[in-house]
Amino acid sequence: MTIAVGFHQVTKSFGPVEVLHGVSFDLAPGRIYALLGENGAGKSTLMKIAAGYEQPGGGEVRINGQPVRFAGSRDAEAAGIVLIHQEFNLAEDLTVAQNISLGHEKRRGWLLDERAMREDAQAALRQVGFEVDPDRRVRELIVAEKQLVEIAKAVARRARFLIMDEPTATLTPGETERLFALMARLKAEGTTIVFISHKLEEVERYTDEVIVMRDGQFVTRRPTAELSRQQMANLMVGRELSDLFPAKVVPSAAPPLLSVRGFEVPGWASGIDFDVGAGEILGFAGLVGAGRTELFEGLLGLRPATGRVEIEGRPVRLHSPREAADNGLTYLSEDRKGKGLHVDFGLAENLTLMDLARYARPWLRKSDERDALARAVEAYGIRTGSLTLRAASLSGGNQQKLALAKVLQPEPRVVVLDEPTRGVDVGAKRDIYFLVQKLAASGCAVVVISSELVELIGLCHRVAVMRRGRLEATLDATRLDERELIAHATGTH
Amino acid sequence: MPPERTDSGGAVGAGRWFSRLQGLGPVLGLVLLCVAGTLLNSDFATTENAMNVLTRTAFIGIIAVGMCFVIISGGIDLSVGSMAALIAGCMILLMNALGAMGWPAITVVLAGMLFSLLLGGVFGLAHGLLITRGRIEPFIVTLGTLGIYRAYLTYFADGGAITLENTLADSYSPVYYASWLGVPVPVWVFAAVAIAGSVLLNRTAFGRYVQAIGSNEQVARYAAVRVDRVKVLTYVLLGVCVGIATLLYVPRLGSASPTTGLLWELEAIAAVIVGGTALRGGAGSVTGTVVGAILLSVISNILNLTSIISVYLNAAVQGFVIIIVAFMQRRRP
Repeated sequence: MTIAVGFHQVTKSFGPVEVLHGVSFDLAPGRIYALLGENGAGKSTLMKIAAGYEQPGGGEVRINGQPVRFAGSRDAEAAGIVLIHQEFNLAEDLTVAQNISLGHEKRRGWLLDERAMREDAQAALRQVGFEVDPDRRVRELIVAEKQLVEIAKAVARRARFLIMDEPTATLTPGETERLFALMARLKAEGTTIVFISHKLEEVERYTDEVIVMRDGQFVTRRPTAELSRQQMANLMVGRELSDLFPAKVVPSAAPPLLSVRGFEVPGWASGIDFDVGAGEILGFAGLVGAGRTELFEGLLGLRPATGRVEIEGRPVRLHSPREAADNGLTYLSEDRKGKGLHVDFGLAENLTLMDLARYARPWLRKSDERDALARAVEAYGIRTGSLTLRAASLSGGNQQKLALAKVLQPEPRVVVLDEPTRGVDVGAKRDIYFLVQKLAASGCAVVVISSELVELIGLCHRVAVMRRGRLEATLDATRLDERELIAHATGTH
Repeated sequence: MPPERTDSGGAVGAGRWFSRLQGLGPVLGLVLLCVAGTLLNSDFATTENAMNVLTRTAFIGIIAVGMCFVIISGGIDLSVGSMAALIAGCMILLMNALGAMGWPAITVVLAGMLFSLLLGGVFGLAHGLLITRGRIEPFIVTLGTLGIYRAYLTYFADGGAITLENTLADSYSPVYYASWLGVPVPVWVFAAVAIAGSVLLNRTAFGRYVQAIGSNEQVARYAAVRVDRVKVLTYVLLGVCVGIATLLYVPRLGSASPTTGLLWELEAIAAVIVGGTALRGGAGSVTGTVVGAILLSVISNILNLTSIISVYLNAAVQGFVIIIVAFMQRRRP
C-alpha cells in the first residue's frame, strides 16, 4: 500500500509567533522530495506536524485525500509516517536491537521475544548496510552509527512515508552512498521520502523534485533536473547569493604556531605529525571513525595521549581545555548541544564562559558581559531578536556563530573548529566561511575538521587526510580535489 | 530528547513569565503561611516569635545555603546531619582537652570554633576528592560517610553524650544566646552566610561555573572550566557551612549525642528544593533556599502554636509541602 500525503493551509504558532502561515502542497507516493529552506523556514515544524510530534494550529494534513489528526507520533507511525529526527530519539542505555523494536516489542506470552526482535533488527540493519552487533549499547556508538540505527529503526517500522531531517550531516561519503541506495530501493517499493538537507549536491543527485520553503511559507516546487545548485541556494535565501567561499589569502611563510610530533591517542590515533602556521587554514578530512575528533580531544587533554606539542615554539603539555586555552589553543566541538553551548543559558553567559576571569574583578560585571555580547552579535552576524534570550531560542546557524564567538573570546592563537557548519543553512555557512577566513587573515592558525569535502577544498590552504588513526597524506592547494581526498580517506590511492 | 521548538519570541517570553512566577512561589507561600499563622494565633506575629523561628532556622538555613551550591552543580550531600554531629563531638572533646591544659576559656572557644570550620572543610574536601578523583557517585560517597560520621560520634561518645565543661559552656553560650540590636547572633550569621552565598553564586566566576557544570557538565568541560576543582570546592563550601552551623549549635545544648543533627540532611535538601532549585542541577537561587528554609520552620512553628494539626504530624506536613512544591515546579512536558 502506498500513501499520498498532502498539506492544506497548515498553520502553526508558538506562543504569539506564527511560524507556519498556511502551507499547502501534495506529495505523490514513490518519489523522493527535497525540502529546502534556511534554518527557521519552518521545514522541521511542518514535518513534525506530519509525523504527529506537533499539532497543526489550523488547516489539515491529508492522507490519500482524507483529513487526519494524529494525537502523537505513535498514531502517525501506525499510518505509516515516520520522522527521523536531526537530534536522535534513541535510548542510550538500551542495545541497538532494543532500540529498533522500542515501542513495538514482540512478546511470547508475557515475556519479551528477544530472539525474534534481534532477528528483525538484524534484517533492518542489513538493509541499511550497517554491520553492528545488535547487542551493543547505543551509548557506545559514534554519532554516524546512531544515525544509521535511526534509519534502521524506520525501516523496521515499514514506513510508507519517510521523513529524514539532515540524515547525511554526520555520515561519511561511503555511508551516504549506502543510504541513497537504500532510499532508491524504498522508493521503488512505493515509499515516499522527504529529504531535508543543506547539502545541495546530494539534493541534485538523488531527489526527484525540490520543494522550497521560506519564512513559514511554501515558495515553489520544481523538478530537480531543472535546477542548478546555485538556483536552489538562491531560491532558499530569496536573493542572489554570491560566492560561497572567500578568496584564499596565501599565508606568509613563518614558523608554525602549532607543531605536533609523534602524537598518539591510544585506540584512536598514532604517529601524527603536523604543523599549522599563522594565517593558515589546515583542513582535516577522513571518514567518520578515522580519529580526527579524538586526535584533537587528545591534544586538549580530554583523552589520555602522548607526543610532543609546541605552541609558538614553546613545548607544552596540555592536561585540560583550561591549560590549552591558557596556552592559546581553543576547540569548537562538533557536538553543539552536547559539548558546545549551554542551551538553557543566556547568550551572554554562553559567550563569556571560556574567558570569565576577564569579567570577574572579583565580581562579575554583567554590563561588561552585555557589551561583549553586543560586540559579538555585530562582529559575528548573530541574528537574534533580543540580547536576553536563551541560546536554545536561536536557530542552528546562529547558535553555531555564537559557539564560534565563544571559543574565540579568549583570543586564541590556534583554533580547532570541528565540523563548524554542521546542520547550518547555506547563508550561515557562507558567513562562517568568511569569519574563518578573516580569523586566519588576522594571524590565527586555524584547523578545520570537516566531513564536507567541498568545504575543505573551498576553505583550506592544505588538507590532512586521516584514515584509521593515521595521517595518510597532506594535500596542498595544487592537489586539492574531491577524488584525491576520497582516495586517501578510503585507502584506495 | 524532545522535539525542539524553533521559534524565538513567544514561547520564551511565556517561559520567562512562568519562571518568574515560579521564583515568587516560595515567597508567596511564606506570606500566605504568615497570614494564616497570624489569624490562628495572636502570638505568631510577635517579634519574639519571629526571632525564635529565625534562630531555629539558622542551622538548617546555613547548611542549606551550602547545599544549594552542591545541588546546583549537579551533586548531593546526604551526610550533613551526621557530619554536624561528629564535628560537634570532636569540637567538644578538643575544647575539653584544651580547657584541662589550662588554656583561657575564650581562647579555647575560639580554637573550638576554628576547628569546627576546619573539620567541615576537610570532610567536604574528602567528599569532593572521592567524587571527582575517585569517580564515585555523590549519592554513594555521602551515603557512606553518613553512616561513618555518626558511627564515629557514637563510638567517641560511648553511646551516650559528649558534654562541654561547664565553665567553657558559660563562656561559649553567648554565641548562641546573645543578641545584637535585638537580633540573636545565629540570625546575624545566617544573614551573613546567605548574603555571601548569594553574591558568590550570582556575582563571581565560581558561581557561574557551578551553574554551568550543573546545566551541562560536558559543555563546561569543553569550555575550559576546571570542572573537578569547582566540584570539590562546592563540597568544601558545604562542609564549611556545616562547620558554621555546628559552632552555632554547640553552645545551645553544650553537648553532642547520637541524635544530634538527625535528619538535618533531609531538611536542608528540602529547603533547597522548596526554594525552587532543581534537584537535577543547573539553576537555583540562594534567596529561594533561604525562603524555603524559613518556610519549613514556619510550618512547624504554626503547628506548635496551634492545635489544628498535631505536632507529631510536623514532618508529614513538611513532606506534603515538598511534594506539592515539586509538583508545581515539574518540568513542562
